Amino acid sequence: MPTPLVVSEVAKSFTMHLRDGIQLPVVENVTFAVAAGECAVLGGPSGIGKSSILKMLYGNYGVDAGQILITHDQVTVDIASADPRTVLALRRDVIGYVSQFLRTVPRVAAVDVVAEPLVARGVSHDEARARAVELLEKLNLPERLWSLPPATFSGGEQQRVNIARGFITDHPLLLLDEPTASLDAANSAVVVELIRAKKVAGVALLGIFHDNDVRAEIADRIIDVSGFRVTRDAA
Amino acid sequence: MSDHPLLRVNAITKYYGSRVGCTDVSFNLWPGEVLAIVGESGSGKTTLLNAISTNLMPTSGTVEYRMRDGQFRDLYRMGEAERRFLMRTDWGFVHQNPADGLRMTVSAGANVGERLMAIGNRHYGNIRQEATQWLGRVEIDADRIDDQPRDFSGGMRQRLQIARNLVTGPRLVFMDEPTGGLDVSVQARLLDLVRGLVNDLGLSAIVVTHDLAVARLLSHRMMVMKEGKVIEHGLTDRVLDDPREPYTQLLVSSILQV
Repeated sequence: MPTPLVVSEVAKSFTMHLRDGIQLPVVENVTFAVAAGECAVLGGPSGIGKSSILKMLYGNYGVDAGQILITHDQVTVDIASADPRTVLALRRDVIGYVSQFLRTVPRVAAVDVVAEPLVARGVSHDEARARAVELLEKLNLPERLWSLPPATFSGGEQQRVNIARGFITDHPLLLLDEPTASLDAANSAVVVELIRAKKVAGVALLGIFHDNDVRAEIADRIIDVSGFRVTRDAA
Repeated sequence: MSDHPLLRVNAITKYYGSRVGCTDVSFNLWPGEVLAIVGESGSGKTTLLNAISTNLMPTSGTVEYRMRDGQFRDLYRMGEAERRFLMRTDWGFVHQNPADGLRMTVSAGANVGERLMAIGNRHYGNIRQEATQWLGRVEIDADRIDDQPRDFSGGMRQRLQIARNLVTGPRLVFMDEPTGGLDVSVQARLLDLVRGLVNDLGLSAIVVTHDLAVARLLSHRMMVMKEGKVIEHGLTDRVLDDPREPYTQLLVSSILQV
């Protein structure tokens, strides 16, 4: 089976034009791969560029140099140079992403927020909602919240909606940005269980986990992001 | 996903005398894709929208549209009658001011029904039924069907304008600041509605807005305009999360946080 994710010599910096064009180097020479059925964890202190790497993989950040090769159905795409249409198709079918914070949409009920990625892939509304309810139940989100828009939910409740949304599809590659950050132990354990099920299903996972217990439970490998720090002085 | 774009815009330029409206804008729009054009007032967004939608003859450049038979046609080489028919049936145009897109002194039902009659519907009962159904989809109560839009609130008028445009099942909708001038709760409702309809109907849309939050919510792809030129374009998330150009960085950093 081909490796679903290969990252090769990726570099990223920001140019802050509003601050006299100063260059903020983020990472360079980022090189790693994640195999199917494996959960790799990005390690290193805060501010080292872990989230930036996930955002490049999902297409939210541009890439200065290098390649991010995503392979699915024997087709390999370099997301670093792919056009917007290709990135959107990959997000729909291949790459799932649980962000740190839920971006709420006015008026859309939690259950529909969760069901949306399935509907986008052509699953009927009813079936998608049924799957969404199953996940929300598993994540212990109170039933009275399902039909409400998540904007007013607590951090932990929003986080669980976000997790359900990320886990509802069978995307072969899943990016997780601190999915357990605002969860209690019981709900973290549910997420650990969901991640294990994804591994068994052959999904390649790449995540950021600051919680040592969670990390110990699910990580097959730690990728130390400190190794990708930019060493030369920024001009 | 279709392998052909729906619209091919090639080097559109519009001068007003010696003043620049927009220069050398080229892009493809794909079926089901929503493109946002953002920029401050006077940056050429609306000029570009009008030049693409044949409301304003460009100084140079071409706009080609893939007709239902799969053939591309140059819009500015089409006969006037054919172009008008296209605009009435296969396209929609949602104006910022609903009064520009509605007939304010005929009933809501007639506003919606008129576009149906333009495509050959003649059965009064069917037209009324279809109009009622569309009013429902844009959340206007059926008992307002005989009222005139001048008796409607701003948000209702805008929703009616959307119903009028979508009733013929267009494949491409142009929107010029669709939420401009509406208060925020009305805006949220309209955005949610538009977002749902675009998804359900698989529409392509070009949305001009100065509101980056609207662009984030509605669009897949984004073009940033300044002084008549497209200075940055790409996936909406990418442009907003990792803006490259000084002007785009200024726009993004100017968003007020609530």
